[in-house]
Amino acid sequence: MNKKQLTISSLLVLSMGMISAHVYARTVIQNKGSDTLVNVAQAWAEEYRNIDKNVAVAVSGGGSGTGIAALINGTVDIANASRAMKKKEIERAKKKGQNPIQHIVGYDALAVFLHKNSPINTLSFEQLKEIFGRGGKATKWSDLDVTVPGCKQDKIVVVSRQNNSGTYAYFKKAALGKKGKFRQGTLDMHGSKDVVDLVENTPCAIGYSGLAYANKHVKMACISKKTGDTCVNPSVATASDRSYPIARPLFMYTNGEPAGETKKYLDWILSDKGQCILLKKGYAPAKDVKCD
Amino acid sequence: MTTTQTREAMNEQFDRRTLDWYIDKLVEIIVFISGISAIIFVVGIFVFVTMEGMGFLFDSFSFSEFFGSEYWEPSDEDAPEYGILALIAGTASVTGLAMLIAIPFSLGTAIYIAEFSTGKTREYLKVLVELLAAIPSVVWGFIGLTIMNPLIIEIFDVPVGLTVLNAGIILGLMAAPIMTSIAEDALKAVPDRYREAAEALGATRWQVIYKTVLPAAKNGLLGAILLGVGRGFGETMAVLMATGHAVNIPGSVFDSVRALTATIAAELGETAVGSEHYQVLFTIGIFLFLITFVINLTADLIVRGIKNQ
Repeated sequence: MNKKQLTISSLLVLSMGMISAHVYARTVIQNKGSDTLVNVAQAWAEEYRNIDKNVAVAVSGGGSGTGIAALINGTVDIANASRAMKKKEIERAKKKGQNPIQHIVGYDALAVFLHKNSPINTLSFEQLKEIFGRGGKATKWSDLDVTVPGCKQDKIVVVSRQNNSGTYAYFKKAALGKKGKFRQGTLDMHGSKDVVDLVENTPCAIGYSGLAYANKHVKMACISKKTGDTCVNPSVATASDRSYPIARPLFMYTNGEPAGETKKYLDWILSDKGQCILLKKGYAPAKDVKCD
Repeated sequence: MTTTQTREAMNEQFDRRTLDWYIDKLVEIIVFISGISAIIFVVGIFVFVTMEGMGFLFDSFSFSEFFGSEYWEPSDEDAPEYGILALIAGTASVTGLAMLIAIPFSLGTAIYIAEFSTGKTREYLKVLVELLAAIPSVVWGFIGLTIMNPLIIEIFDVPVGLTVLNAGIILGLMAAPIMTSIAEDALKAVPDRYREAAEALGATRWQVIYKTVLPAAKNGLLGAILLGVGRGFGETMAVLMATGHAVNIPGSVFDSVRALTATIAAELGETAVGSEHYQVLFTIGIFLFLITFVINLTADLIVRGIKNQ
């Protein structure tokens, strides 16, 4: 080994040592869970790098259930969830010595999507029950007294989500009631975007997803609690003032009251700056904010 | 006296544990371990799957609900439902249709390769069939989702193209190459003297195949079909993408269904480890394992049967 090589290799070793020292000096906040929240969580983590250089937030998705399971197992600092923790999950966490604390970080309106040619503009909870619920009478569009152009078979194609998604659980509880269940034969999509894509390409279809996944090729129904009541359109504003009936809170769970860097991070998320990032991604902020 | 002496000398010579002897032993041990590792893995996987699913099997497993109910709602907080009847119907209908497509297709290809084609054509065909078997299942699923789906909507005028028909065709095309290779082997195993004897009796080419070769290769062909069925039951990604993923007992080939394997794939990632939902998915795993085990074993015994004749 000549002198030059020696210098280069020693430099390499030195710099590697510095890099690793740099990494270990930072606090890493582990953040995992809901796929609905993952885009926002990532945006927060990226922005937070400019706020505090000594804190790195590692974000991953996998679903509300995954995040909550990780919190129970004690492998994350913050779990994201688009549904509240179930009683059983809280029990299991307590048994393992964890104390999950809930923080509402925003709201999400669940929109009912229809094909853009559909003549339907408003839907009531009763109609949603007939369409989505088990034992519901509406299996054809003519049962709702409409003809959908392009849907010659008249059959209502019900698009849903796989049964462990937070969106699925919330829609079931909100629209079908506490004991309500989905009908047989719904197409269970794996992601919110898949639902919107399928509805966009299928005249006979109806589905639900977060408002953030809306695009101009699909129609969103105006929702009323009772047939004949005034309906409310899904939007960030109606989700914020809770007038839209299928708006759900988005949660972050910590183990015990947050402290240290985790507390600072959560406070920043709930600050105007953090909430404006959430608003920009198509969700409703947890409090009134003014953004530019 | 002299003979024993020489024998002892010879024994000593052969007993000498040279380097070659050690290498020989070492290779023998390595080969033995790789040989039995397959058994260890199969048993290990079965034990693991059973242990994970055990909690459910002993706690809330009800035979009549599990196999008799069409309602699959394992994530419900108050009243979860664990019926896999609709899922079994989904898997069975897709596999059944796939076999209806794959059996004539693969038998035809195998007969052509083994009996009619010669020289280069035969070599090219064999390579192409093997290439077809190497296409990843996610690619097949993608074809089902993006090409077959609009095609079925257009041709049959149905609202959704993600149906039994779609998945059946995709799965049939996936299973056909493997079935072709095995069926071809079975046809090749029929001794030429059978064919010669038939021809000597004045049989035409088709008569030779139909009356002599096919009956003689019967067991091997049956084995090929059974392996195709096993493949159909175990396939996950393609059926997940092409069936529409709807818990439903199909009334026609234009209904969407959901397969057992696809249910595990779609739900396992998001369930809490150790929860009842997690355990019931492993119970489905045990069920699938037993089915494919029985199918493969039967196929193997049948194929072995012809070799021993």
